[in-house]
Amino acid sequence: MIDKIRDLDRKRTNALHSVGDRWRALPKWQRALSFVAFVIFLYYLPLLGIPGLTWLRTDSISGGSNWAGVLFTCAVYVLVAIGLNVVIGLAGLLDLGYIGFFAIGAYAVALFGSVNSPVVKWIQAEFNLPTTWAVAWAICVFIALVMSLISGVILGWPTLRLRGDYLAIVTLGFGEIIRIVARNLEGVTRGPQGISAIPGPEGPPSPDNQVFGLVDVKPWYWLAITVVLLMVFAVRRLENSRVGRSWLAIREDEDAAAVMGVYPFKFKLWAFAIGAALGGFAGFLFASRYAFIDPTQFNVNLSILFVAMVVVGGSGNMVGVSVGAVLLAYLPERFREVADYRWLAFGLAMVLVMILRPQGLIPSTRRARELKDRAAEAEEAPAHV
Amino acid sequence: MNFADLFSHIGQHTVDGLSKGAIYALIALGYTLVYGVLRLINFAHSEVFMVGTFAVLGLWTALGVENNPPLGQAVLFLVLGLIVAAIASGGTALAIERVAYRPLRRKNAPPLIFLITAIGLSLVLVEVFGLVLPKLLGDLVPSMFGRGRIILGMPTIIEQKTLFTIGNTEINNVQLIVIVSAVAMMAVLDWFINRTRYGRGVRAVAQNPETAALMGVNQERVIMLIFVLGGIMAGAAALLWGMRFGFTQNSIGFVLGLKAFTAAVLGGIGNLRGALLGGLFLGIVEVYGATIFASNWEDVIAFVVLVIVLMFRPTGILGESLGRARA
Repeated sequence: MIDKIRDLDRKRTNALHSVGDRWRALPKWQRALSFVAFVIFLYYLPLLGIPGLTWLRTDSISGGSNWAGVLFTCAVYVLVAIGLNVVIGLAGLLDLGYIGFFAIGAYAVALFGSVNSPVVKWIQAEFNLPTTWAVAWAICVFIALVMSLISGVILGWPTLRLRGDYLAIVTLGFGEIIRIVARNLEGVTRGPQGISAIPGPEGPPSPDNQVFGLVDVKPWYWLAITVVLLMVFAVRRLENSRVGRSWLAIREDEDAAAVMGVYPFKFKLWAFAIGAALGGFAGFLFASRYAFIDPTQFNVNLSILFVAMVVVGGSGNMVGVSVGAVLLAYLPERFREVADYRWLAFGLAMVLVMILRPQGLIPSTRRARELKDRAAEAEEAPAHV
Repeated sequence: MNFADLFSHIGQHTVDGLSKGAIYALIALGYTLVYGVLRLINFAHSEVFMVGTFAVLGLWTALGVENNPPLGQAVLFLVLGLIVAAIASGGTALAIERVAYRPLRRKNAPPLIFLITAIGLSLVLVEVFGLVLPKLLGDLVPSMFGRGRIILGMPTIIEQKTLFTIGNTEINNVQLIVIVSAVAMMAVLDWFINRTRYGRGVRAVAQNPETAALMGVNQERVIMLIFVLGGIMAGAAALLWGMRFGFTQNSIGFVLGLKAFTAAVLGGIGNLRGALLGGLFLGIVEVYGATIFASNWEDVIAFVVLVIVLMFRPTGILGESLGRARA
């Protein structure tokens, strides 16, 4: 059985490789053209009506959810995956508390942008502002980014000097702490009641909003996919920069990197902070779209699911982690009968992928080579535990 | 900030903390044993404990145990519960080792891969007990699974009542049993590791796997042994938990596991006596903290303790290493 799976997997990888080779062999203008076509397709997706492909839509089944809404969730998860990929895939740090940054981003816009939040009310009272005043959405973007970035530094500063497995547990604790703090600090976050009336680009939710309403989710999806594309571009630039190469060096061998003059702590902290900011941004989009958040939405289990989509998809490879994220968000919505089993499925997928194919379904070439090297070393010196 | 309550009932809070910490300590042993030998955090150990609580619940359901049975029967139920929980938890731990860790060890996978596999396994076990088994057996034994993912009550075997009072500190019979039996289990394990032939093998592998292998220690067998030992201790913890708190749930392991891990790190991971010390200490700190702030901050206190320990003394109170305790 396992041999059969291995065999299929090998065939699939070979196919992937040949697709990749053929892609790289294309002339540049053809590549650019197909990329543009793909982007246009992404923007067209919520309107998807091509005969033969409509079964993909989640509202094509009875009681299915809003198709654009599902696409929006997919886009937010892809953003999360890209951010977490910087931390796990590039720098090799296992962060199990990523939901904490997501929550901080969400709470940033809720606390400063909503007229119902105690923080805004306090500012209104302090500066004699009208009761309809709140921080504008566009400024909340920066507040969310800065708050999640700073929280990443605060968490990373004491803990990044630790061994990797300790870091994982500490971050797990961090994710849980953020949720408990959001639940308990009722004077600031309204605790379990949650915060409503979180603004979107057109201000707080109201029937007058022309574009970003609660019913039509398409504009939200277009906004999210734009952010995703921008971030993919930015992270790709980062990956190929001096910083990105330092991350890979640290991931592959920290001591060797240090000897070569790469200061591991500094670059790890960078990875952590950038990852945190991306997670915060995703949380920010999530909160704006739903206009309401409460602490139960930021369960630590979700954090583990985030890790699952990165490692199952193929950590280190942005295409891989995006596919992982889309699978995670899309499959339970389209195939309702399996929705209950998604945690089980992702748990199983994590175990199977790690044992059979630790580089993930769509691996980064470099990561695959690294793991192969280690396996070869193990064969040479079998005495190691 | 409620210091007045803390100081006026300090004895009571200490006893409550100790009885809580004793359970943490027993679970912490599983982390410490595996870490001491393999240098890896067995994240799925929290689910080993969870399976133990379900085994106890299952046994008591099968025996038709009512609340407050007569003393002779109560002792019988407890002994049977201990055996069943130890078998279930030890078996689960062993299965985890065989299914997940052994293939990875063969490939010399990096530590993070072990950790991710363990997280996946832990998710699978939580879902098996929260979703798959309730779907299969929910109608057959509703008291054991219900509709899934719910809190399940256990019968009270020994009614909790005050045994004696010192000052204004009331010592409850179940609390006393929990503390004493946890310390006794620890003592037996400590004796096993430090005084027996098998224990010597464990310490040898922990110190230096290659040399131990050259001296004729079967490494695979030692690894199986430590997983089973950790599992048995988690099973004992599961029984004590059932006696003291009287409920279980499929997701019970997560927070308890994190706290037990904190206890292990606090005492010095890889150090058996450290696990006991760390567990008891964490239990006390938690109860004191919950009294000073409010009980809903309890979990935060444990994690803050973990971060502080890792920042200032990552080797814990007693220092790491199972191998250092020489014969």
